[in-house]
Amino acid sequence: MNRDGIALWLTPFVARPIALIGLCVLLAMVIAAAFAPWLAPYNPYAIDPISRLMPPDAVHWFGTDQFGRDTLSRAIYSARMALLIGAGVVFFALITGIPIGVLSALFPRLGHVLMRMVDVLMAFPSLLLALGLIVILGPSVANSIIAIGAGYMTTTTRIIYGLALRLRAETYVEASRSMGSGTWWLVIKHILPNLISPLLVQASFVFAFAQLGAASLDFLGLGAPPDIPSWGNMLAESRTFITRAPWLLFFPGMMIVLTAFSLNLVGDALRDRLDPRFRNAFGGEG
Amino acid sequence: MSEPILQVSDLKTSFSVKRSGRKYSLKAVDGVSLSLSAGEVLGIVGESGCGKTTVGRSIVRLVQPDGGAIRFKGADVLAASGSALRDMRLNLRMVFQDPYASLNPRRSIGDSVAEAGDINKVFKNRADRATRIAETLTAVGLEPSFAARYPHELSGGQRQRAGIARAILPAPAVIIADEPVSALDVSVQAQVLNLMMDLRERLGLSMLFISHDIGVIGQISDRVAVMYMGRVVELSDARGIVDRSAHPYTRALMAAVPKPDPSQRIAGAIETGEPPSQLNRPVGCAYAARCPLVSDRCRVEVPELRPIAPDNRLAACHNL
Ligand SMILES: Nc1ncnc2c1ncn2[C@@H]1O[C@H](COP(=O)(O)OP(=O)(O)OP(=O)(O)O)[C@@H](O)[C@H]1O
Ligand code: SF4
Ligand SMILES: [Mg+2]
Repeated sequence: MNRDGIALWLTPFVARPIALIGLCVLLAMVIAAAFAPWLAPYNPYAIDPISRLMPPDAVHWFGTDQFGRDTLSRAIYSARMALLIGAGVVFFALITGIPIGVLSALFPRLGHVLMRMVDVLMAFPSLLLALGLIVILGPSVANSIIAIGAGYMTTTTRIIYGLALRLRAETYVEASRSMGSGTWWLVIKHILPNLISPLLVQASFVFAFAQLGAASLDFLGLGAPPDIPSWGNMLAESRTFITRAPWLLFFPGMMIVLTAFSLNLVGDALRDRLDPRFRNAFGGEG
Repeated sequence: MSEPILQVSDLKTSFSVKRSGRKYSLKAVDGVSLSLSAGEVLGIVGESGCGKTTVGRSIVRLVQPDGGAIRFKGADVLAASGSALRDMRLNLRMVFQDPYASLNPRRSIGDSVAEAGDINKVFKNRADRATRIAETLTAVGLEPSFAARYPHELSGGQRQRAGIARAILPAPAVIIADEPVSALDVSVQAQVLNLMMDLRERLGLSMLFISHDIGVIGQISDRVAVMYMGRVVELSDARGIVDRSAHPYTRALMAAVPKPDPSQRIAGAIETGEPPSQLNRPVGCAYAARCPLVSDRCRVEVPELRPIAPDNRLAACHNL
């Protein structure tokens, strides 16, 4: 991308400073995940029976859990799981949604069939769909990604389908077809490059909602294995101590909300700078 | 003139459209015959929706006609495949109306201009490609450095020049120009028209020039075909259309052209009414509902294009 392009991408954040906060939270998450061993004050797995269920103080900023593990350290390490699930679900949604949506737009008959199937899947609430898939696949990190991704694959496919239909009718696509271009040429040279911006918007929203989905699965004990630090797992483990040690719910809960909210802000800001013809494709999101 | 380079005979193209749940066949082009000689500019004029663009899109195979034939240098365009089709793609090139919509905002001008060459693998190597792009941009009056720019950096006139460059890069024989200036500011229309006429001279292009503006058409065409509701109603040399139009519809079109001197305006010849619906075409002459010369025969029998006195021009009208 040229310099102009980068400047264009920064304008939405200048125009909407609150979205900058979102961007900072995302950055903080990446840093926390990458440098967890250096940033975390304690080993997140280290059990300390003497200091169990300690409220936040100067030694343990976020307090400790029922095994005496440091909540702050566990919360920092959890950023890894959050990033992994978020990125995984975005990847899953795009890797399925792009080919299905684009091919459906280019081949109306195939599209008719595929879009009916997507509509059927869309009729299920995404958490219900995720639960059903986990029951079939069994709980694991990879299966969490697939189960949550399946729900966002449908909305992503719908959006890509709508955008690709519009792009297919563009005059420059006509011009290209009049030169004898094939499907592959149209997709690579004309359709995908014009989908990048709207897909970035969609990716932000999917990433945000994936956090809620992952937390729900973890909380129900159907997500990441319980020994892996994740905000959902932290909530699940501490729910019996809600009155004695509310900080155990407060901090991971806050992280989940903060992450989802921030990514939504980023998505909103990016959406606002989209081509107006593309913007209404996101009507149902956010 | 010599043997036509492009010949369209009895072309019929329809679209299936849905209105209130029912499917209809919309006859956008309903039996059009045209021939274009080498080096000639044939104007096609007619009001919005009469099927001008559809004729052009049929020729470059963007829509599949239901009937009729299109021949390029004697070869069947509609049945062409393989290398014959490739040859036609490179020789029959279209310039589109809206220069804002016809260039992909995410592709550089150079990539857009070279597209026909890239798709059909006509460049020997990268250097050859760059040279051809630079030459073509220069030919349309743009700096070669425009190759690296993107459409949003260009004005409307510059974009349309790029659109023309894209059309002429493969050294085509025929340009189908679909209202190439009507989306441009009046001030740049003349420049772009001049460029096209200049290119026609230098490159020996034949041109199908589509417009709804009979004034523009009259200036630059050798011959003019007037279309009404999917059919050609009058075909003559440009002077014959502009100065001595015969068909009642052409006369109405001419009368609607703003005249600088009000006393020259033809009184009472101004159009009345809209054309009838294309989904529900009248039985006889499609112009009957608006025609001042209408007679009973017009309502039952479709007038065929035939030579009429005194200059043997072609017109489709019972009462001339
Ligand atoms: N893809 C399509 N699907 C359905 N109907 C179409 C399609 N393309 C054109 N038509 C219809 O066919 C008729 C002729 O259209 P066409 O675009 O050829 O007219 P035109 O003479 O170029 O008009 P304009 O001056 O507005 O460009 C119109 O009634 C139009 O609505
Ligand atoms: S055929 Fe009849 S209705 Fe049609 S243009 Fe001629 S006079 Fe008018
Ligand atoms: Mg048109």
